[in-house]
Amino acid sequence: MNMSAKATPPVAISVRDLHKSFGPIEVLKGISIDAHEGEVISILGSSGSGKSTLLRCINMLEVPDSGSIAVAGETIRLKAAGGGKSRPADQKQVDRIRSELGMVFQSFNLWSHKTVLENVIEAPVHVLKRPRKEAINEAEALLAKVGIADKRNHYPAHLSGGQQQRAAIARALAMRPKAMLFDEPTSALDPELVGEVLRVMRGLAEEGRTMLVVTHEMGFARDVSSRVVFLHKGAIKEEGAPQDVFTHSKSERFRQFISN
Amino acid sequence: MSNPGFLDIISFGPDGWGHALAVGAWMTILIALAGFAIGSVIGTFGAWAKISGGRFVRMLADAYTTVLRGIPDLLVIYLFYFGGSAVVTAVGQFFGAEGFVSFPGFVAGALAVGVTSGAQQTEVFRGAFRAVHPGELEAATACGMGRVLKFRRITAPLTLRHALPGLGNVWQVVLKESALVSVTGVVELLRQAQIGAGSTSLPFDFYFIAAMIYLAISTVSGLFLNASERWFSRGVRRG
Amino acid sequence: MDIAFATETLVSLLSALPLTLELAVTAIALGAVLAVALALARLSGILVLNWFARLYVFVFRGTPLLVQIFLIYYGLSQFGAVRHSIFWPVLREPYWCAVLALLLNTAAYASEIIRGGLLSVPHGQVEAARACGMPRFMIFRRIVMPLAIRQALPGYGNEMIAMVKATSLASIITLMEITGVAAKIISETYRVIEVFVVAGAIYLAINFLLTRLIAFVEYQLSPHQRQPLPVSGRLKGETH
Repeated sequence: MNMSAKATPPVAISVRDLHKSFGPIEVLKGISIDAHEGEVISILGSSGSGKSTLLRCINMLEVPDSGSIAVAGETIRLKAAGGGKSRPADQKQVDRIRSELGMVFQSFNLWSHKTVLENVIEAPVHVLKRPRKEAINEAEALLAKVGIADKRNHYPAHLSGGQQQRAAIARALAMRPKAMLFDEPTSALDPELVGEVLRVMRGLAEEGRTMLVVTHEMGFARDVSSRVVFLHKGAIKEEGAPQDVFTHSKSERFRQFISN
Repeated sequence: MSNPGFLDIISFGPDGWGHALAVGAWMTILIALAGFAIGSVIGTFGAWAKISGGRFVRMLADAYTTVLRGIPDLLVIYLFYFGGSAVVTAVGQFFGAEGFVSFPGFVAGALAVGVTSGAQQTEVFRGAFRAVHPGELEAATACGMGRVLKFRRITAPLTLRHALPGLGNVWQVVLKESALVSVTGVVELLRQAQIGAGSTSLPFDFYFIAAMIYLAISTVSGLFLNASERWFSRGVRRG
Repeated sequence: MDIAFATETLVSLLSALPLTLELAVTAIALGAVLAVALALARLSGILVLNWFARLYVFVFRGTPLLVQIFLIYYGLSQFGAVRHSIFWPVLREPYWCAVLALLLNTAAYASEIIRGGLLSVPHGQVEAARACGMPRFMIFRRIVMPLAIRQALPGYGNEMIAMVKATSLASIITLMEITGVAAKIISETYRVIEVFVVAGAIYLAINFLLTRLIAFVEYQLSPHQRQPLPVSGRLKGETH
């Protein structure tokens, strides 16, 4: 990794030697990644390569068996739970760190009993204890930014998939996150709706946000990300700047993967 | 005075039974409400036990719902009425009282109705929780919500929304079941009709009126439940 | 728990078992006939029949079974015409009054279950039968009914269990079925827990057997939803 070269920005997310098994299947076999502030890292890989699990380990939706994760220099404390598993040592710490990471899911996961605006202000008001009025103002600005200000009082079920995902991005942004995690944000969308979500994500990248994006969108990986990581069978098989990786890849696997 | 007409019975005048029947109907509603509320508390814990309890707790909850689904409600009412009386009598004798002390029928009835409807509500809440999209709960976790906050703001309202139709059914069952509490001597609607039937030799008129009042209560509460279902399921796409 | 007393209770309660079963079986069987008639009335497209069935279901589902039992057992005797009619020897008997109330009650619930089953039959399958030239009644008997029964069976099973439990109300009009005997023993001995446990166990056993029976019938009626049997060897030879 190219950390020693020159003055690189500080590390936003640091993943060290991450291992995770589901039953007998080892999904992550010692993954290490550093995401520096302002970096956009696309995580590629076929299904079952462990890329979503990696992302979900970072905010402890899955608890890794071993290895360590640090967000903005703060390491999440884990303790052994027997059987080679771990669990969080301090749930409060986990909750706090989660509130510093914005997560965008494949299936949007907007709260169906709340309107778009209510979805966006829910966590700022109740988790971060921000004043409601301030949260609403900020939420409206964010909804305008993702282009659905007019849908603020709609319920998620009445929006298109693309609109729902943009609302979910606004919800993640409302936490003023230190980094954002995207878990296949366009995979559940009809092809004609993918573009509007990718445009929003590109805008965020240009703002200099730190983003980890699990995706199948090669165009996004090539044009927007600052680094590409290719996972295969739970290990990193290829890593580097997109122009390097996509033009002269060292890995046969990766060439196969992008040619599909 | 032994043969009043139908209208005399329902009149609220000095010779009418209107007032007595209204009080009985009110008592029916109270028993049903108390039983339903007790059942809701039991149902919440029962569902919680079945969803995230350990092996033993789950087994206990399963045994509870299986048993209550399999035995007659009347038997449960007897259990609470006679059992409660036995306990009260024992306590009374301990403090020097003599003879049999009877347990208040209202309490026995509400407890019995609560325990039976609790089994039904356990299944309703469990099914409703199952129907909640797991991703919505995960999104709450990912925002850093703690257990209590997540339950209060996300899990409970979403579960309740899915539970409402089922809870409506349970309420209708509870309302009808409350008629069985008349065996304990509580003067609710059916017992009042029995009293009227006995003192006028017009059993058909009284039971018919009682039936109509039950029908009215269940219809009105049905309308109310439908309205609240619509209110709570806003944001659900209707196909 | 006093084993001798429990055994004694068990013997007394088991002697009441036949009456409980008789009430349940008679009411369920006769109720099923009425239920099919009501379901067909709902779906007949004839306005009067439809509304009659609707009203019937509304009234019988909206009022407590115990009120219905009282109306029939105590209420009908109010009318001289009933007392002097040919039905009086039957309506005078608490047994037949209980059966009548139970069957009228279960018919209301069961008709809705059957109606749901009938409505669940895919229209295309009826059309296919029609395209084969099957006459109306044959379509109903050979296509619609089997599919509807399969669909309605789980719900009907629950209704049967509800009926077994409901027979306990017959004790309130003096019939000494299981709950009646249990209440009598309790009021004589005040040994609530023992009697409750024994009586409850008998009901649980009945309903457990009933559940198994329904599950068995359900299994028999749904070969298309089972794992295919490993007889594919021969078919393989045919297709390849």
